[in-house]
Amino acid sequence: MKFKTKTSPFFNSSQNINSVMLQVLIALIPGTLTLMYFFGAGIFLNVIISIVFAVSLEIFALIIRKRPLLPFLSDLSAIVTAWLFALTLPPLVPWWIIFVGVFFAIIVAKHLYGGLGYNPFNPAMVGFAVLIVSFPFEMSQWIHPRTFEGLGAYDFGLVEQLGFIFGDQKPAWDAITMATPLDEVKTGLRAGTDYGKVLEGSTYLQTFSQNTWIWSSLAFILGGIWLLYKKVIQWQIPAALLGTLGFISAVFYIFSGDSFASPLFHITSGATILGAFFIATDPVSASTTPIGKLIYGASIGFFIYIIRVWGNYPDAIAFAVLIMNMAVPMIDYYTQPRVFGHKPSFFSSGATQRKQDKKS
Amino acid sequence: MNASLSTNPSTTALRLSQNIKLYKFHGGVHPPFHKKDSNQKPIEFAGIPERLIVPIHQHIGKTAELVVSVGDKVKKGQLIAEKSDFISAAIHAPTSGKISFIGEHSIPHPSGLTEICAVIDTDGKDDWGDYKLTPIEDPANADYSELLDRIEQAGIVGLGGAVFPTAVKLAGASQQNKNKIKTLIINGAECEPYITCDDRLMQDRSADIVKGIQVIQTLIKPENCQIAIEDNKPEAIAAMRAATADFSDIEVIAIPTIYPSGGEKQLIEILTGKEVRSGGLPIELGLMCSNVGTTYSIYKAIYLGEPLLSRIITVTGNGIQHPQNFEVLIGTPFSHLAQQAGGYTKMAENLIMGGPMMGFAIPDDDVPVIKATNCALFISATSLRESNPAFSNQPTLPCIRCGKCMEVCPVKLLPQQLYWHIRAKDFEKAEDHSLRDCIDCGCCSYVCPSHIPLVDYFRFGKSEIREQKVALEKADLSRQRHEFLLYRKERDKRERDEKRAAHKAALQEKKAAAKPNGANGEQSSSPKADAIKAAMERAKAKKQARTESEQSDAKTKETSSKTNTKANTEEAQ
Repeated sequence: MKFKTKTSPFFNSSQNINSVMLQVLIALIPGTLTLMYFFGAGIFLNVIISIVFAVSLEIFALIIRKRPLLPFLSDLSAIVTAWLFALTLPPLVPWWIIFVGVFFAIIVAKHLYGGLGYNPFNPAMVGFAVLIVSFPFEMSQWIHPRTFEGLGAYDFGLVEQLGFIFGDQKPAWDAITMATPLDEVKTGLRAGTDYGKVLEGSTYLQTFSQNTWIWSSLAFILGGIWLLYKKVIQWQIPAALLGTLGFISAVFYIFSGDSFASPLFHITSGATILGAFFIATDPVSASTTPIGKLIYGASIGFFIYIIRVWGNYPDAIAFAVLIMNMAVPMIDYYTQPRVFGHKPSFFSSGATQRKQDKKS
Repeated sequence: MNASLSTNPSTTALRLSQNIKLYKFHGGVHPPFHKKDSNQKPIEFAGIPERLIVPIHQHIGKTAELVVSVGDKVKKGQLIAEKSDFISAAIHAPTSGKISFIGEHSIPHPSGLTEICAVIDTDGKDDWGDYKLTPIEDPANADYSELLDRIEQAGIVGLGGAVFPTAVKLAGASQQNKNKIKTLIINGAECEPYITCDDRLMQDRSADIVKGIQVIQTLIKPENCQIAIEDNKPEAIAAMRAATADFSDIEVIAIPTIYPSGGEKQLIEILTGKEVRSGGLPIELGLMCSNVGTTYSIYKAIYLGEPLLSRIITVTGNGIQHPQNFEVLIGTPFSHLAQQAGGYTKMAENLIMGGPMMGFAIPDDDVPVIKATNCALFISATSLRESNPAFSNQPTLPCIRCGKCMEVCPVKLLPQQLYWHIRAKDFEKAEDHSLRDCIDCGCCSYVCPSHIPLVDYFRFGKSEIREQKVALEKADLSRQRHEFLLYRKERDKRERDEKRAAHKAALQEKKAAAKPNGANGEQSSSPKADAIKAAMERAKAKKQARTESEQSDAKTKETSSKTNTKANTEEAQ
């Protein structure tokens, strides 16, 4: 009797890429819902519009690259990228801005580099970086959150909001938007105001419970814990990122509490938590070795602080992540774990390991 | 299934009841183990097939040399092929009959590779003739070399899969006084899914295994002996504990069920927490491992005088009617085994020799079982990787560097990085990432969410690197030879020139001497004496030149022979 031949191992666990990606999507839900509570349906619309654009562009790219559609669409990676990208957008941003961002994320950062698994840079962050550089005005129009007394996006109906996004009609930006805490603090401190005074004067930051960003950060932490529990991500990157950011900001805060913001402020503001658990942990563009992940995460935390405090942009997750993406191949090469039966060496490549083995 | 195994309270109790600290190796996986399929019935003899196909190369090392020819009648236990080198093993006739054919026949290999086999038409009498060896009555007091010679004569090789000649291994362990063996480890882990031959052997023949252990103890004199068994085999653990109850120096240790705990280096790490050096041997740590099947064959060779003629093989999988363990004569075709196990089911689509993690697929069931065969797994395509409907619509996707492979790698490699470098054919980088330490266990391929056949890439990388090295050595050798040729030409030319110059000088001297020199009359000696002196000097110079060149010759030869032997030993490994 004749039999078919294959190569070992003949077994496979039931894990798939799409089951991994699905966990990421599930983990994004609490944070997204929290943002929706504060900023209204605009957040939801951003997510939906981004996903529609991303999937369409993904199909387009797959067709011209002559790749099979079903396996590459069902891996859900385009949806994850789109969703993460959407969470960086302020509500009611015009549709064509979303399109430009998604185009750069999916076509330029992902498919021009070879598609899933081959992108050296985080696609969502490439999309965001292009927008913040090209359209700084539109990208900084964050509307009033629900906790603010006054007109907010949640006051508009869904159709009205769609009109803002797709139509010519624009809201009176000045009436409904305000600076984000990061902006407010940065501007205040640059003007020489004491940190305490800035907080007092801030509409956002007066009370803890009213701080939109603290609540959404908590919700994203929940998602992050889910990812850790499901072993989709490892602890190294978020821990190193938050630890470093917390440590540096604490040093400066202790050194001069009047001219530098507190560690709590840095960790709960902007996209810190989202970045630590969802963006810096993107496996394709992040470092992959255990020690490498610590170095990678810590460096991102370092650059976030530098860019936030001395840079020109209010938030810095995207730039910090993109800078470190470039360093990943080198980090990975020099942080190979000690292989079974080899001499211990903390900071080494395989080449140095071999040399040591030869010597002994 | 795996969940039920690891949380089974009785297995945890097994582990807790022992008083020993165990360690963990990095990573590992819990595939569905399917042990119950085949371990419910005791071992049965698989019977004598009409035809036995006995390959003469079933071990690591040099092919054995045939000592029979076509038409010869052979008795059971008669030598068919003898040990041909230091690392080699004898092959015997597993039963009586007539040699009907000697030549190429396909052996268990994925490509249907052929090798020299002796085909025996069996006569069904199973007649030993005079070929049964005399049992050694009291091995504990037997001569060291008598025991070792017997193990060598019996053609015993490691039955755990490595098929390294056991006598060589034991001799190495007992001679090296520098590395005195402290602990003898008997490997009954059997971590591969589906395989239960060691499990059943330990249940059915525990006392014989213990006798085999005692023979090894006599030979290598370890301080103690540990029998390691995965805790998903409580019956085997109980049987071995009962059999070793009277021996204070033998301890049965239940180890956690995790693949690949049965790998030699992994098992050593579990038991001692120590790592065998990369490229090193357990002996450096004062340890020696022996598989339970090998230990049982040692018992048979010493106590019964039987060479290695049969082994225990698990016949299992959903492609077979009645999965079971059999004692099978070496050379029995797989088709005969399938018949013994009740025949094929409709699902017999793949035949795997060994387990599903590290075994290999065989294209045809008309190949013989060999000393290395521990399992014949007949299995449907749908229960296997990639053909499984659960991920049939998920072909191999790109690597997303999720690092799951890194988390399960028992040798702490970075499969995701190795994969990149091998795909790019950057073998130097792959070596930098210690590719040679990969043990082919398949954990990385097993967990990969993109279903990348990582192990295939690593095998490819390893064979490419090996080929490159061989090519490099060849190039080195020919470079050396070429350089020597140049040197020789140069030397010959120099010698010739020297000779000519000496000759010329002598002639001139002669001429000068012949010239009348009336001025001082210093010329004291006659021209004849001068000529003799010059000739003697010439001879002396010549002799010296020759010895010099011989010395350098010898040197070059030595280096070239060194590279040769190095290449040979590497091949053997």
